Amino acid sequence: MDIKDLTIDKVHDGLVGKKFSCLELTNSFLEKAKNENEKLNIYITITDKEALKQAKIVDDKISTGEEISVLDGVPCAIKDLINTKGVLSTSASKILSNFVPPYDATVVKKLRDLGMVMIGKTNLDEFACGGSTEYSYFGPTRNPYNPDYTAGGSSGGSAAAVAAGTCLYSLGTDTGGSIREPASFCGVAGLKVTYGRVSRSGITALASSLDTVGPFAKNVRDIAHIMNAIAGRDVNDSTTPDVSVPNYVKNLDNDIKNLKIGVPKEYFDEGIDSEVKASVEAAIKKLEGQGARIETVSLPMTKYAIAVYYIVMPAELSANLARYDSIRFGLKPENAGESLEDYYFNSRGEGFGDEIKRRIMIGTYVLSAGYYDAYYKKAQKVRTKIIEEFNNVFKKVDVLIGPTVPGPAFKLGEKLNDPLQMYLVDSLTVPMNIAGVPALNVPCGMTSSGLPIGMQIIGPQFSEDKLLNIGNIYEKL
Amino acid sequence: MLSEDDVKHIAKLARLKLSDEEIKKFSGQLSGIFKYVEQLDEVNTDGLEETSQVTGLKNVTQADEISTKCDGNALLLCSPLPKERKQILVKSVIKTE
Repeated sequence: MDIKDLTIDKVHDGLVGKKFSCLELTNSFLEKAKNENEKLNIYITITDKEALKQAKIVDDKISTGEEISVLDGVPCAIKDLINTKGVLSTSASKILSNFVPPYDATVVKKLRDLGMVMIGKTNLDEFACGGSTEYSYFGPTRNPYNPDYTAGGSSGGSAAAVAAGTCLYSLGTDTGGSIREPASFCGVAGLKVTYGRVSRSGITALASSLDTVGPFAKNVRDIAHIMNAIAGRDVNDSTTPDVSVPNYVKNLDNDIKNLKIGVPKEYFDEGIDSEVKASVEAAIKKLEGQGARIETVSLPMTKYAIAVYYIVMPAELSANLARYDSIRFGLKPENAGESLEDYYFNSRGEGFGDEIKRRIMIGTYVLSAGYYDAYYKKAQKVRTKIIEEFNNVFKKVDVLIGPTVPGPAFKLGEKLNDPLQMYLVDSLTVPMNIAGVPALNVPCGMTSSGLPIGMQIIGPQFSEDKLLNIGNIYEKL
Repeated sequence: MLSEDDVKHIAKLARLKLSDEEIKKFSGQLSGIFKYVEQLDEVNTDGLEETSQVTGLKNVTQADEISTKCDGNALLLCSPLPKERKQILVKSVIKTE
């Protein structure tokens, strides 16, 4: 069967209308996943048996006339730092390379209850630290548009899984751009939600005040379907506020007349690739053609976001990753050593890759006595200033639009030996994590060399429905 | 500037065993990163509060009830170490003379 042009709605109609069975559908996607995986290294684990078992349940429901949900039987992929009960969940780290969690993350449980068919667990930068998936213990994911280029990261596998047509949607996490950057590089839609909009229970923590979970899909409407399934309060995650969850599909086609779009001039400064700039500007023009009003705004604190991020994030990471000691879970070090202390040093020294060691050390340093005020406290104050800047701009405009990343996908290996250059790729995605606001990547063109370009639509906290509405209107132009 | 001795000290605090090459490499790389973040000194933050939580939630409490059913044996199976009487056996913490 031809699976290339399927969407969530088309799968639902096909299953309900008995045009194909869920087993046929699943087998087609599994075959595609295996083929693409050989070329692109998208998946750490392909879960054939699980997928076929889940497909059978959906087929049984249909044959007995039971009503099915819009996500029943829809093939998906899950980032490998999201716990899936009984299925290897490695966080792409050596130290967790044998970890089989005994419980599901809340988001997985929610999707399972709605009939998810999981094709596999996707590759990422180790512990979601990186922007190219090159820091994975299992090797880099390649870009479906050109395998010499990175798929972005850290959720590179989840973005490539959708772009290569191996599933219809996937879940990733975004702490500083890890959904939007790979979505931009791979030409798919990806939503970084408001901090706390989606539960993080059962997901490996990186930086607790910044981490978010969100979906990738081929189009914005599919993203809205997934948001309907995963958003909302969770008693197991105390950072999910009790804010009502709208029906994200309902308002997708609202007109955008008189919508005020702010264009931050700092997002188009020098350092932005000229083709990226031209594509995003053309996209904004198209929205203007739909009646939106365009206003240039200024966010001068943008340039400090990466500096704030590389203090706050490693500080939180170093505390979160203190739990990895290969005692309650994890890989036993080759050299266990003589004492308990040796065991700690060796399991962590052997089990973590370079980037994790770097970040643990940055975090340990900025939290250590004598440096706390100069680094961590200062960064948290500048964070307040960045938030104020967003609050003020959203008094004037409804949303902001700018490039997701300053350039298109870069070549594998290009930034591997210079961590700072790798960090700067996130310069336009990090500010939203610092402020906890949502942002949606929507593909908006291609470079002359055939690589995707993405723009991000950014709104105030809990404005996901508005962002999806605008993204959906744009896609249809 | 982070010297190799600084890196050794931080690695010790973080319980990370590093090779000599790693110490050398990280000393250079971390120095570059710390030099970069120093630009925050340009920002006037007088009178500003620190932000550690962005949605305004404070002291979230709930009844102390078990909401996730997780089998103890399944949890023990995650450990790579030997078990004894439903406990994980680790090397002794205090050295016996």
